[in-house]
Amino acid sequence: MVALPGVDPSWSTYIDVPSTSGSDSPGTSHRWHYLDNRLGVGGDDDAANGTLLCVHGNPTWSYLWRSYLAAGTAAGWRVIAVDQLDMGYSARTGAFRRLADRVTDLEDFVRAIGLRGSVVTVGHDWGGVVSLGYANRNREHLAGVILTNTAIHQDPDRPIPAPLRLALAPGVHGVGTRTTSTFLDVTLALARPSLDRDVRRAFRDPYRSASDRQGIANFVSDIPVDASHPSYAALTATATGIRSLRVPTLMMWGPHDPIFSDPYLEDLARRMPHADIHRFEHAGHLVQEDADTASTAMEWLATRSVGDAADATDHGSLSEEVPYVPLGRRIDELAAGPEGPVTAVAEMSSSGPPRTLTWRELADDVAAVAAGLRALGHGPGTRVSLLVPPGVDLTVLIYACLRIGAVIVVADAGLGTRGLSRAVRGSAPDVVIGIERALVAARAFGWPGRRISATPLSAARRRVLRVDASLNDLRAATALPDVLADSPVPAADADAAILFTSGSTGPAKGVVYTHRRLAAMRDAVESTLGLGPGTALVAGFAPFALLGPALGATSVTPDMDVTAPRTLTAQALADAADAIGASVVFASPAALRNVRASSGDLSAKGREALGRISLLLSAGAPIPVPLLEAVQGLVPAAALHTPYGMTESLLVADIDLDGIRAAARGAAAGVDGAGNGVCVGHPVHRARVAVSPLDSTGAATGEVTAAPGVTGEILVDAPHVKDRYFRLWKTQQDSARPRPWHRTGDVGHFDADGRLWVEGRLGHVITAASGIVTPVGLEQALELLDGVALAAAVGVGPGGTQAVVAVVEATAGVRRPQLADAQLAAEARSSARERGVELAAVIAVPALPVDIRHNAKIDRARVAEWSSRFLSGTRAGSL
Amino acid sequence: MEQQIPLRYAGRIAVTVLVTGASGMLGRAVAEQLVADGDDVRCFQRRPSGVAGAHDILGSIEDQSAVGTAVRGCSAVVHLAAKVSFTGAASDFDRTNVEGTRLLLDAAQQAGVADVVYISSPSVAHTGTSLVGAPAGPADPIRARGDYARTKANAELLALSRSSSRFRVAALRPHIVWGPGDTQLVERVIDRARHGRLPLLGGGTALIDTTYVDNAATAIVACLRRIDATQGQSLVVTNGEPRPIAELLQGICVAGGVEPPRWSVPGGLARGAGAVIERTWLRMGRADEPPMTRFLAEQLSTAHWFDQRRTRALLDWQPTVSIDEGFHRLAAHYRR
Repeated sequence: MVALPGVDPSWSTYIDVPSTSGSDSPGTSHRWHYLDNRLGVGGDDDAANGTLLCVHGNPTWSYLWRSYLAAGTAAGWRVIAVDQLDMGYSARTGAFRRLADRVTDLEDFVRAIGLRGSVVTVGHDWGGVVSLGYANRNREHLAGVILTNTAIHQDPDRPIPAPLRLALAPGVHGVGTRTTSTFLDVTLALARPSLDRDVRRAFRDPYRSASDRQGIANFVSDIPVDASHPSYAALTATATGIRSLRVPTLMMWGPHDPIFSDPYLEDLARRMPHADIHRFEHAGHLVQEDADTASTAMEWLATRSVGDAADATDHGSLSEEVPYVPLGRRIDELAAGPEGPVTAVAEMSSSGPPRTLTWRELADDVAAVAAGLRALGHGPGTRVSLLVPPGVDLTVLIYACLRIGAVIVVADAGLGTRGLSRAVRGSAPDVVIGIERALVAARAFGWPGRRISATPLSAARRRVLRVDASLNDLRAATALPDVLADSPVPAADADAAILFTSGSTGPAKGVVYTHRRLAAMRDAVESTLGLGPGTALVAGFAPFALLGPALGATSVTPDMDVTAPRTLTAQALADAADAIGASVVFASPAALRNVRASSGDLSAKGREALGRISLLLSAGAPIPVPLLEAVQGLVPAAALHTPYGMTESLLVADIDLDGIRAAARGAAAGVDGAGNGVCVGHPVHRARVAVSPLDSTGAATGEVTAAPGVTGEILVDAPHVKDRYFRLWKTQQDSARPRPWHRTGDVGHFDADGRLWVEGRLGHVITAASGIVTPVGLEQALELLDGVALAAAVGVGPGGTQAVVAVVEATAGVRRPQLADAQLAAEARSSARERGVELAAVIAVPALPVDIRHNAKIDRARVAEWSSRFLSGTRAGSL
Repeated sequence: MEQQIPLRYAGRIAVTVLVTGASGMLGRAVAEQLVADGDDVRCFQRRPSGVAGAHDILGSIEDQSAVGTAVRGCSAVVHLAAKVSFTGAASDFDRTNVEGTRLLLDAAQQAGVADVVYISSPSVAHTGTSLVGAPAGPADPIRARGDYARTKANAELLALSRSSSRFRVAALRPHIVWGPGDTQLVERVIDRARHGRLPLLGGGTALIDTTYVDNAATAIVACLRRIDATQGQSLVVTNGEPRPIAELLQGICVAGGVEPPRWSVPGGLARGAGAVIERTWLRMGRADEPPMTRFLAEQLSTAHWFDQRRTRALLDWQPTVSIDEGFHRLAAHYRR
């Protein structure tokens, strides 16, 4: 035997198991090899919590589960990993073992070792099918099910995955799987990153000769490609049976799998809707090798109280006390009342008059589209990916989906094509509704789901893009209003929406809102900002644009490219405001920057329209006070608010320009905790906010507090916070500690007057030898210096002894990155020193990297990486 | 927390300390610091040290009887004497740096000296790659760059191998010590800049840790006072203020009243050229320092700065003169 890195030799053993399988003659016994983490500790039973029974797939063996044996030992679980017969170091039986035989084999094995107590089955690849077959038939002691990259059902209408088709092709099958080790090698090469040499050697060791590999060949032949296959019945029995399994279930997935891709996960998730799911974004088929699934599994077992594991208490949130009024309720109320003929939504256009709907028209259109979706067979739980820019159609689609209980999936085109594609695929939509450009991408990238075009397309174009229907087709189905009448009102705690994060702070994550939580978001906006029926608002910032009809407010989308906020001009904003007599404006800082820049072109009428604005909200990114003050000149009558929030909680705190000035005075007057960051004001209605203090390594480990001057990760609990992340069970766990808090990933502190100050991202905290340094306050101080347009404060060097570096975007005269001149360096150092920070270097660059969507959030991780190259004497390249 | 200062120092009972190499800038500063602390200080070197209040013993570190005389009656030794150069015959470095240290240790052990602080160099662990927030690292004579680093590494290993509870030895490695009167770095930088022969290497952007001479001196004394905690260990000491090399050179030039360097040579080119110049110089048998060596080019073009947390905790010490204050003092020195 070769060296087996990661395996404790005491785990490995053999047992002779009498076979009851139909493929063997009576009285046959087979020698099984298996790993058992209790063998080495002087007892093979009575482990504290129960037993994980791990079943590998093809062509691996029990070695795949070594990390589970180690993690199980620490977590108090017995972990047994078998080598299936004809596989690994178990016997080569000479019989062709089909799926049904393999389930019987596993039962024989469990009987032979005399397993007692609760059992959690764990499976991978075709071992997932075998383990589910076992779980389905042995429910008495079944305590849980864990599945990794597997499949239980082959849709008869869909071809099996191409790599398997190839492996089964005549002339390829025998050579690829048995005569040569191609199938084995190709599977092992799927690891991301690639396997260590010793680990690859360990996986290959039991399969050295062609006869060793007969089991691999047979496994591939046993794939039920269609209903005529001998194993199809066994597969179908299990696939049907597990629908009634109620035990806790965890599915861990590597999405980069050419075989068991997201549609198979989706199929399993539909069969076991109570399952917890975690997709390891960068992992592939060998997810156990690519990601730490073992410790996630152990954490899950404890959290879900599987077996006799300790119970995790669920602390209640404030959110449960809030009464629930469905998000779309006001549309119907207003449509039925005297406001019926009043404009509800409007959409500005560069090529003609605005498109508008009254409340009555909106209600009718929502009902028509909802009925159309029902007529196509969609309803509660259907996921609908909406790739339509903000405007009338998007508004109608959103409220139609919510009405029938479909879950809307919204990802911003600002993610870029790849990011968007990853988000859409990961959300496994049943329906994609998009403008033509989005449908082209859907076709090109093979996004799953039925395609519906938002705009009318020619028949030829529909065929090319494989579009089933258009939005107008849905509307035309309105002859059947009864379809809606028998459509139940969605449950308050059912999923309503998946909103993707911007990706400016890591890979985009799907954020799940239930109907109750969406409704609470509307209530928070209503009570914080005083918006409601009678209000007219310009929706220049997407997330809030959804809420206009819910609030009962008339809303208008200005003429702009929403994927690029900076395309909003002052005149376009004024035209939109004028069209509906708006008194409220939502916009992002990037949009406002261009509004100010283009204000010289404003017509007198436009100026007048802006003069009627009484409330302007800047959201999505921090806005510099000078810009806010300049904007005030354009909307002299308006209160300027800068609410603080994120995709997971659109509103956390709020402040207006007067409040910002008062906070600055407070900082100057030495109010305890005032200063060092961006003041975002007081928590909004019904939101609780606190911090989890940082330790010297920059980790937020401290006891939750709201004491002034204590810097920590900002936590929020509110009825309108996300329900969870989509298919990111582990990420959700990490973001909800302790319950019921949501960890924002931002750091900040309170002052003595209860105002919250944001100091930056948790991941951007610098750990110098003298203590932790948060970036924002320091950057603000540097941006006050002459010649500095924008500043980033980053750390270089190992954590705990990082050197603090200022990288500044110069206002002029810097064509490539260089050390700042002596005067600027001295001024920057002196400014930092006043804050107790020593700067190791001051670098001047032509431009700092900022996010595409807001042009405001500095990519400090990239700046830090570049700076450490620049300051180590190696070639740094351009920033 | 109670400070663990050895009893005999706590009450400032005068002890007799031998400082070797006290004619150099750092040795002199150490001797002066000890004198100021009230200790009985002896200085051992070939030329008079000029340290007021100390007793000079003149002699060579390679002379067994002179060394024996010097250590007699001392309870502690701070050993700074060494051949510091970028060039020269390998055997010269071995004789002074390794054999000289061996002679001193033998004599000190024989004379009943209790504590020794061996002054080493971070270059003993520097293999030519950049050091970023690095720990001290083990002395590595095989991979050390050049004869100076190699022999200092051998001597450090030798010194620490002698350490026991009755003969306590610590190694302290100050990194790039500079200050008024420094002939190694400051004078050369100013002289070359004055003649327009001082380029920046790779734009001078690499971060470098340096040590102002007063800080190095107080750290060495702290290492001796805290020998309970430091014995058997190697510690790197610096100002803990890494700066881009260009800023350091500029600061020195401005203090010296000369134009700072304005031209830059790519780091890789300088390292290659340094190696060639170094070999040529050796072949020509020249006794003066070559204008560039591979070691110097590495020093001036790659980052080397250090994690100071362990050093400061063990020494219970903080630098008192910042880099900027150091430049002011340097400027005052040159204005005189």
